[in-house]
Amino acid sequence: MVKKNDYISKQKFIDELYRYKRGSVTRRHFLNVTGLGAATAVLGTAVPGLRSRPAFAAGDIGDRVILATWPNYHDPDNFDAFTEATGAAVQVNVFGSNEEMLAKLQAGGSGWDVYVPTNYTITTYVAEGLIEPLDTARLPNYDASAYDPRFSDAGSVDGTLYAVPKNWGTTGFAVNTSKTGGRAMKSWKDFWDITKEDFSGRTMVHDYQLTTIGNALKYFGYSFNSIDEKELAEAEKLLIDAKPHLFAISSDYQPSMRNGDAWMTMCWTGDGKQLNVDIPEIDYVLGVEGGELWSDYYAIPKGAPHTDAAYALINFLLNPEINAKEVLAHGYPSADAHTNKLLPETLLNDPILYPAQELLSALEFGAAATLTDPNRAELMARFKSA
Amino acid sequence: MTHGTRNLLLLAPAGTWFLVMLLLPLTVVLIFSFGERGTSGGYAPAFVLDQYANLPARWTAFKNTLTLAPIGTLASLVIAYPLAYYLAVKVDPKWKTTLLVLVIVPFWTSILIRSYAWIFLLGGRGLPALLDWVGIEDVRLINTPFSVLVGIIYGYLPLMVFPIFVSLDRLDKRLLEASSDLGAKPWRTFLQVTLPLSVPGVATGCMLVFILLMGEFLIPALLGGGKVFFVGNALVDLFLQSRNWAYGSAVAVALVVVMLITVTIYMRFINRLGVNREDVSMV
Repeated sequence: MVKKNDYISKQKFIDELYRYKRGSVTRRHFLNVTGLGAATAVLGTAVPGLRSRPAFAAGDIGDRVILATWPNYHDPDNFDAFTEATGAAVQVNVFGSNEEMLAKLQAGGSGWDVYVPTNYTITTYVAEGLIEPLDTARLPNYDASAYDPRFSDAGSVDGTLYAVPKNWGTTGFAVNTSKTGGRAMKSWKDFWDITKEDFSGRTMVHDYQLTTIGNALKYFGYSFNSIDEKELAEAEKLLIDAKPHLFAISSDYQPSMRNGDAWMTMCWTGDGKQLNVDIPEIDYVLGVEGGELWSDYYAIPKGAPHTDAAYALINFLLNPEINAKEVLAHGYPSADAHTNKLLPETLLNDPILYPAQELLSALEFGAAATLTDPNRAELMARFKSA
Repeated sequence: MTHGTRNLLLLAPAGTWFLVMLLLPLTVVLIFSFGERGTSGGYAPAFVLDQYANLPARWTAFKNTLTLAPIGTLASLVIAYPLAYYLAVKVDPKWKTTLLVLVIVPFWTSILIRSYAWIFLLGGRGLPALLDWVGIEDVRLINTPFSVLVGIIYGYLPLMVFPIFVSLDRLDKRLLEASSDLGAKPWRTFLQVTLPLSVPGVATGCMLVFILLMGEFLIPALLGGGKVFFVGNALVDLFLQSRNWAYGSAVAVALVVVMLITVTIYMRFINRLGVNREDVSMV
């Protein structure tokens, strides 16, 4: 590892980052103590591509842009900066699942300009004619070569670019290690077994077919994406057996984990990091059998009412300087090399954000078939109503 | 202006409203319910009965709803009646308006926010912590059918209080005096005069609460931790998650039919009570 001239320790940096995320300190304080403000300011003037350009006069692209995205996934300051630069206010709609986003677009008249689909859904949007091909000439900040192809491939379908990478992450589980009685939690087998024993009434699973069914399939070593009837039947039996022992079926798990009602939950990278920083005995675990690896993208839906503003917003958020601020705010990794250059090494070495290669290689990207498979949807309904 | 055109004009706004807001959507739902799910979700035109044949797959949701909706309605009634009686008959008139406003105050905040408050109250750091302190250990309240019932009663109580209050408030107090003058004990006056005369309010309150409860999905989702599944939750999932519009429409039609049947039986029952009331007043 290259010795860097840090004037702030790694631990201190992360502490400051989360103080800032919690709103305990201002952005100015954060950028000052971490030295990040000076770093970005210097970079901003040294690299012409990063220099902020007043590309638009107010009103050029309309007065608003509507973004459909996920919870806690942006830095609100960046939206303010966008509005200041372009005159377009950013209206944010927050969603709970890809299914819900797709349902809204299928019903028509969503009114969105930009949305944030996950890798495995994009082919379905293309097949349904719900997504606009992207014109890279209008996205000068998009440098395709700078992205790790694992996390940008899904944006192109049959050679046409439909979506550009936002962030990536994993789906594992968060567990309160002070409750396990010293038992090491390493696998999805551990997850489901302890749920039916010592953790009865303390475990949460997502209200989301992809991950809840997928991680039940992993118990048996099957593919996370299986749509095989026999394998799904086994997963269903496990889920129904575990249901009386669950605390809740909900994707809003942070409050229950924080107040101690729940001791373990299926969990995404950023939530795992946030819980671990505030409550160190909560560990973020990737099952050794595997699980989900995912990447999210920016895309424009067909019939977006403010296309100019949509391009302007995506381009703005892809600016490495802005993107780095986004990553610092939400704690999900970016696949953009330009952005990562601006991020502190502590963050790039964080084991929750960037898991070890052997854990990572066991993970699978979600498959499009799971999104549209009626059997998985019905299985989830039977599980919830059981 | 002739009599006929005047009546037509009077009915036009409501008629248009019903046509556009009620009949058209219901027709769409009915048509969808005979269709099929599109390959990647949504609706594909067809004329099949598959969706109706598949209704038993949501039996648990109907069973949960048809259990908790009547229990919730009855519990609300038992709690609301004494309160409404107190507000209408017993309370000092100068306090009446203030107390009535207090009953409505919860409506000033969204039910979503108030349900979150209940999540805290029933969660491990709320009431169970208090019970633990007095020696009753490991009580789990949140995410159970009980917590859903608490949320339901809490959320719908004002809708029960008001109709009963109105019917008791309009009650001619001289009837109570007359009953007493004729030698009836207070409990007999209550049973033979007050209670029968408040039946319309009770009937309206129960109907309001019951019908709304049959479509409830927010309270089970929040206070039941997603484990207590109502027909409303089944519908939300069918339209927003699995995007099976055809099956979702069939479930919706089934819910409407179940409601029509229950409400019809209920109305019969209430009408019979009404007849009895006339018998009482004639005696």
